[in-house]
Amino acid sequence: MTYINKPKLAHPNAAVNELGYTRRYYEGAVSTLCAGCGHDSISSAIIQAFFELSVEPHRVAKLSGIGCSSKTPTYFLGSSHGLNSVHGRMPSVLTGANLANRDLLYLGVSGDGDSASIGLGQFAHALRRGVNMLYVVENNGVYGLTKGQFSATADSGSKSKRGVVNTDSSIDLVGLALQLGATFVARSFSGDKTQLVPLIKAAIEHKGAAFIDVVSPCVAFNNHAGSTKSYDYVREHNEVVNRLDFMPLRKEITADYEPGKVENIVQHDGSVIRLHKVDDDYDPYDRIAAMNYLGDHAAKGEVVTGLIYLDREPQDLHANLGTVTAPLNSLNEKELCPGVATLEAINESLR
Amino acid sequence: MKPTDIGNPDYFHKVVDCQWACPAHTPVPEYIRLIAAGRYGDAYMVNWNSNVFPGILGRTCDRPCEPACRRGRVEDEPVAICRLKRVAADYKGDISARLPAPAKIKNGKRIACIGAGPASLTVARDLAPLGYEVVVFDGEDRAGGMIRSQIPKFRLPEEVIDEEVGYILNLGVDYRGGQWIDSLKSVLDQKFDAVFVGTGAPRGRDLDIPGRQEAAKHIKIGIDWLSSVAFGHVTKIGKRVIVLGGGNTAMDCCRSSMRLGGKEVKVVVRSGFEEMKASPWEKEDATHEGIPILNFMVPKTFEHKKGRLTGMTFEKVRAEYDDKGRRKLVPTGEPDELIECDDVLIAVGQENSFPWIERDIGMEFGEWDMPVVSKDTLQSSIPNVFFGGDAAFGPENIIWAVAHGHDAAISIDRYLNDEDIEVRPAPGVTVSSQKMGIHEWSYDNDISNDVRYKVPLKDLKLALSNIKVEVELGFDQTLALAEAERCLNCDIQTIFTDKLCIECDACVDICPVDCLNFTPNGEEDDLRTRLNAPAPELDQDLYVSGILPTERVMVKDENVCLHCGLCAERCPTGAWDMQKHLLDLQQAGPGCRTPGPRVRAA
Repeated sequence: MTYINKPKLAHPNAAVNELGYTRRYYEGAVSTLCAGCGHDSISSAIIQAFFELSVEPHRVAKLSGIGCSSKTPTYFLGSSHGLNSVHGRMPSVLTGANLANRDLLYLGVSGDGDSASIGLGQFAHALRRGVNMLYVVENNGVYGLTKGQFSATADSGSKSKRGVVNTDSSIDLVGLALQLGATFVARSFSGDKTQLVPLIKAAIEHKGAAFIDVVSPCVAFNNHAGSTKSYDYVREHNEVVNRLDFMPLRKEITADYEPGKVENIVQHDGSVIRLHKVDDDYDPYDRIAAMNYLGDHAAKGEVVTGLIYLDREPQDLHANLGTVTAPLNSLNEKELCPGVATLEAINESLR
Repeated sequence: MKPTDIGNPDYFHKVVDCQWACPAHTPVPEYIRLIAAGRYGDAYMVNWNSNVFPGILGRTCDRPCEPACRRGRVEDEPVAICRLKRVAADYKGDISARLPAPAKIKNGKRIACIGAGPASLTVARDLAPLGYEVVVFDGEDRAGGMIRSQIPKFRLPEEVIDEEVGYILNLGVDYRGGQWIDSLKSVLDQKFDAVFVGTGAPRGRDLDIPGRQEAAKHIKIGIDWLSSVAFGHVTKIGKRVIVLGGGNTAMDCCRSSMRLGGKEVKVVVRSGFEEMKASPWEKEDATHEGIPILNFMVPKTFEHKKGRLTGMTFEKVRAEYDDKGRRKLVPTGEPDELIECDDVLIAVGQENSFPWIERDIGMEFGEWDMPVVSKDTLQSSIPNVFFGGDAAFGPENIIWAVAHGHDAAISIDRYLNDEDIEVRPAPGVTVSSQKMGIHEWSYDNDISNDVRYKVPLKDLKLALSNIKVEVELGFDQTLALAEAERCLNCDIQTIFTDKLCIECDACVDICPVDCLNFTPNGEEDDLRTRLNAPAPELDQDLYVSGILPTERVMVKDENVCLHCGLCAERCPTGAWDMQKHLLDLQQAGPGCRTPGPRVRAA
């Protein structure tokens, strides 16, 4: 950690977004994580994404559980809402918050311990229900806060810093998310912001359960030879299937790309995801094929990154429940208790 | 781009903008840290070694360092470097034991310095302790030159001059006051081994317009008048005074007038207020004392009645610029303005004047009848005659005179040791890590958010009542600490070791000014367009690493780096380190000479 606060002085010609804010407006407190932690890069990518999208920070709720990763919401979006909840229980807290106020953007931040061990059940149900959120797992494969034991996402056969080989099967959160019905599934790497930032932006604008698994090396306990979550390993085995550009508003598309290599995906709100295919055969709309592709490459020790699956017609929890469009927390007594006559009418309709 | 050669002393020297901009290259951040630590004596000695007159310059320097200060690029105003220098002088205590002693053994070489201003005194200080017999000639009884004669005492008290000039004369310098030199030949005839000419630019320009002769009694040349005031020959002036000119001399003239009986003192300049040559702070000081500065007025006539000056008329003009950006002042067509006055001070520029140098002794004169002098060695066309200060290349300021003095002293020392004076000694460079613990540094890297502190002033009424009362009170120790903390420590350099980098981006993420980048390499023009923050300042270098494992390079734009060290604190592998880059400029003496057997210069 650092003893001083980040100086207030900033670049005099720093870019400003549509709201007139600089990137630094989206920062939080200075990080107390270990120097070089991949999580800090993810925080930085989140800051960049919200800055570029010109989101007003007070429109965001950031929720987390417990762990190194769950500390990070303190380090970005200092003017947003949020809290650290109970270990592994972020998904239900987020679901509740989302039900109460559907107008906010929900960002769930979790780690491999918080989501794949203690909170695995919570993780599964939030995705199943299609809560409109971005769920980010900062995945380093170890329990960093307790000195580097294997976590549930550590690959079988990988080595701990002390040389112990992991014999347990690993949980692939991307695979689970696909199976559980998440409508936006991606994987990225903390060391590749050019890939990560557009993914985060696209996921924020996605109206459904979006999940991003970000491989994030733990410099203190999982960045050695034999680890499959180290900077070197991920860089050597990164199987990029596609790259995105994300354009919030529909703009005239003028750039000249090789046919078949680029696809523009227009979303409901008019924003456009421009997909640059790296692997021509990869089809991000076929969930079953995506699961097979992941399995094949995992068997070869490769880490598949990019936009892995996108449902172009997502449904979210509010749509499934048929809730009113106004946030529930804005409904007052008059609307919630419409009176005896209305009650009578409802009762009558049920007779 | 090729990886940056950080072994070149100039690379990091340039990053220390203040030091780079200073003609004498005083290590500014080094002494500011000493001031912050309360080590005023040490801070004074750092200054004294480099710029010879810390107390004098701390009040009067033209401060080329301040416009260069990096703080001025990330915030509104630079660090008050000049006034911090004064703090070192004010609180240093007794430093006499730390000054060099007069040479016990003389080396038998005799040097004449003509004029006892800052250039000559610097030469004397550098050479006398080495054993040279230095003789300084000046027309005045007391040494100091323009420092004593032209700077008003309300800006620079006499005691400060006496003290710092005294430190030099006490080094065994033979000062011959009251000896006005009117012939260079006569000095050369005395068989000095080398002669240094530091006679300044002693002639103030006149203004030859109608009425000048008739009203001459109440029209004075600014620098001559200041000198008469300084030596007590003039003690009053009329109630209504016009000062012509927009330079620092004009500012000294108008402010002095206010203290000698002037009630309606006006400065009138041909140019616009913005283009005036005076330093912004001197204009500010004059304005603070209630002196109006009237611009775009060209003097036309001196008005007089019965041989007595009554006023001046001015033509009103405006500035027009041609396509090449050259300014032309064109009349606005408005009627001329008459300003009534009792006295006029003309401060429209200074010139060199060498009537005392014989034209048949082999000295070559060039443009504007100035002697031909080498910029690097300060040698004239007579090999053992050197020039410095305003005498060398026209009017500049004290700090340039000091820089010339050092360079001329090196030339003289090498010349008299039979060495090629074109070969200049390289600076000594000390680079040392400032790491004290995992996240602890030997300097205070927590950047102060304070804005520039104002120097407390004497009550205006009291200040105007006596020309010898110093206007500025100087920072006290509390203010000095607060102002010193504003310094960004630009000499604590960010050193990058590419072999250690794992490209985790931690440094990029933490950098408060977005000056770090990992990106594919390219030519400079191209790289500058691809960085995280705009990098349009071409005179601010890019620090480029070797190729990293991902085929990218680290590129740092030095422009607005705060030297906060957070990149190094967040680096897990120590690829970044904060290292102090201390430049030790050689001065005359054995260190400036070439080691090894001597080869007589051709």
